Order: sequence, then C-alpha cells, then structure tokens
Amino acid sequence: MSTEPRLQLEVITPGGVVLREEVEYVEAPGVLGYVGILPGHAPFLTRIRSGRLEYRLDGEDHVLAVHWGYLEVLDDDVVVLAETAERPDDIELQRADDALRRARERQEEFGAAYDPLRAERAAERARTRIDVVRAQSGTGADDPPGATRN
Amino acid sequence: MPTLLELRRRTRSVKNTEQITRAMKMVATAQLRRAQEAIISARPFSSRILKVLGAVAAGAEPESHPLLRQREERRVEVVVITGDRGLCGSFNQNAIKSAEALLVEKAGLGPGVHPVGRKGKDHFRRRGMRLVDPLEDIFRRLDYEHARGIAAPLIERYSRQDPEDPEGLDAVYLVFNAFRNVLRQDVLVERLLPLPRLELPEQESGPAREFLYEPSQADIFAALLPRHIEYQIWRSLLESAAAEQAARMTAMDSASKNAKEIIENLTLIMNRVRQTAITTEILEVVGGAEALAA
Repeated sequence: MSTEPRLQLEVITPGGVVLREEVEYVEAPGVLGYVGILPGHAPFLTRIRSGRLEYRLDGEDHVLAVHWGYLEVLDDDVVVLAETAERPDDIELQRADDALRRARERQEEFGAAYDPLRAERAAERARTRIDVVRAQSGTGADDPPGATRN
Repeated sequence: MPTLLELRRRTRSVKNTEQITRAMKMVATAQLRRAQEAIISARPFSSRILKVLGAVAAGAEPESHPLLRQREERRVEVVVITGDRGLCGSFNQNAIKSAEALLVEKAGLGPGVHPVGRKGKDHFRRRGMRLVDPLEDIFRRLDYEHARGIAAPLIERYSRQDPEDPEGLDAVYLVFNAFRNVLRQDVLVERLLPLPRLELPEQESGPAREFLYEPSQADIFAALLPRHIEYQIWRSLLESAAAEQAARMTAMDSASKNAKEIIENLTLIMNRVRQTAITTEILEVVGGAEALAA
C-alpha cells in the first residue's frame, strides 16, 4: 500500500491549514465542473466554487465543504486555497438550513434592491454545507445540488 | 505631615488600582498568545497566494489589470487601524499620528478616512475629517469576513472607470501597528491600491512547467488579486490586534510596577508618621509625669 503513489493534499484558508494528508484521490468543485485528481496528474490550476471537496484516504472517502478559491496540482502536491473550509462535523445542519431559507427570502423580498451577489453566495454556501453533511452520512451524495450552476 | 488616615486611604486606593492593572496585564498576555497564533496560522495562505500569483502573472500581462494600474492621485482614502480601548501605552496615538502625517501630505485632495477601531474613529471625528464606513468593536471576534467587508467596497470603487466619479478612488493607503515582538510595535504605512509592484517569489529555474488552466491564466490572475488585497487587510488586522495586546501588556506591567513602588513609599511614610506620633505621645506622658512630680 505504501509503495503506491499518493497525493499530498493541503487545504489552506486565511485562518490556517485545515487539512494536510496523504491521500489516494481528490475530487474538487472546479468552476467548470467537478474535477477528479489521481496521482500522476499533469500540472493544473483552476478556480473552485463553493462545493464538496472529497478525498480518499486508506480506501475511505472523506468530505469537506470548501467555499471559493483555487486548486493547484503540481508533482502530486494538491493545494487547495479556499476562503473557508469546514469539516462536516463542524457544520450545524439546522443553521445551514436557516441560512438557506433566509437567503431565499431576501432574494424574493428585496429583489434587486438587496445585493444579489451576497444573497446568492450565502445561499450557495448553505447549500454546500447541507450537501456535505448529507454526503458524510451517506445519503444523496451523488447529486451535487450546486452542479447545475456555473 | 499627612495624617495616618489619609495615608491609609491612599494606600488602599493604589492597591485597588494595582489589582486592576495586574489583572489587565494577565488578560492581555493570554490574548496576545492567541493573536500571535492567529498571525502564524495565516501565513501559509499568504505565501501560497503569492506563489500562485507568480505562476499566473507571466501569462496575464499584470500591468494591464485595473488593480495594478497607476493613476494620478485625486481621490484618496486612508484606512487607519487602531484599538477600541485605551490603556495600552502609545499604541493608538502612534497609528493616529502616522495617519495624520499622511493626511496632511494629502490634505489638498480632501482625503477620506476609514477608521477601524473606536479610538481612531473618535479622534478623526473630533478633527472633522471625512469618515467613510467607520468600523468598531471587531477585535473581540476578528473574522476574515471583516477583512472582506473592508476590501470589497474599496476594490469596487477603485475599479470604476469614470475618472470624474466622486465615489471612485485613485489610491488607498493602510496605516496600522505591526507586531514585531512583545516590546516593539512599529507603525506601517502601506499603499493598498494600486497594488505596489508584487514581490513575487522567484520561479524555480529549469524548464518551465506547462500548467493546464481552468478557465484561463488571465481569469485566475484577475480573480486572485482581490483575494490578495483582502489578505493584506486581514494581515494588518491580525498584526494590529497582536500589537495592541503587546502594548497593553507592557503598559499594564509598568503600571503595576509603579503602583508597587508607590505602595512601598506610602508604607514607609506611614510607619514614620506612626512612630513620630508614638514618640510624641511618650514625650508628652513623660513630660506630664515630671511636671506632676516637680
């Protein structure tokens, strides 16, 4: 197992290094769609949007919620630079649900008067959080709700 | 000679003050450690962002990006970061003084001030400066969102094309206390916009690696620059927070020492007064006895 090539995955936010792990596989929410990365990937740089960052460690799948940033692949080093990144255990589903509802209400209520980008970002963040928690508990993991956007 | 009662009262009041300053010092010490940790954990993000910027700058014609383009300075604003509270030596005054110097230099342009922290806000309001989006009470729970909140309108206004737009901006400066070590904080005055020449890390020598870009090099570069600006503000907030705690720690430490010294002096005087009183009383008693015996 240890002789197999692995990816050195790092997730970095302004608050600090969230994750540093040797993994077998990474899947990230690129702006043009989810991208999968295996060891031996060509040098690659992409913007990422809010979504699920999945990685496989010792045959087990894990997931993080990341919100906007960049992903760089170089020589089996995968660096994710995100504005925020959260583990599913740190996400409160109830709060994410509330936030999503609030963002939707604002979008409807104020229409153009409310900063539409902000509401959209808040909604997207909440959707990602809900999605990540569901993916972790093993339900609905195959249907990224943000996938229709962008 | 002060009376015993007066001396006791003074001693008690100084003791109370000492207790407060000692407690404040301890709180500042604990908070300083947290603030220092925050600075350290923010570092990898910064070095990475510069590395990625370096990688994409080559293919993006960096000079063409609006956030890097220099214009004649006509609409200028200054972000001044101070604390919300005093009792931290010359921490707030130093930042305010440096900001004042810069504002005098730019006085002809009618510069605006973005005060972050109550002390700066109060000062510049008293001076009748034009305040823009004052912020206070953010240091207790400092969050990256604060940095973004400060950066977003500045970036938007700087990016406006119309040179006559009164809401537009030609330059933004940043004044804050940088944390050097516990005993030393330096005020830094930096230009935030247009971005000074990026000091990008040297690209590794040897054959350049061909990257695949999604969507494109220029797109990534353009999206990364605002993050870099946000990060500059974030860093200055963290630095200022640590510097404030360090300054308060030092100030409260010397205040506690001074209090101790005053208490020692007062105790000395008090003892002397008590002894004098006793001596006088004995002399009186002896004198009275002798007078009776005579």
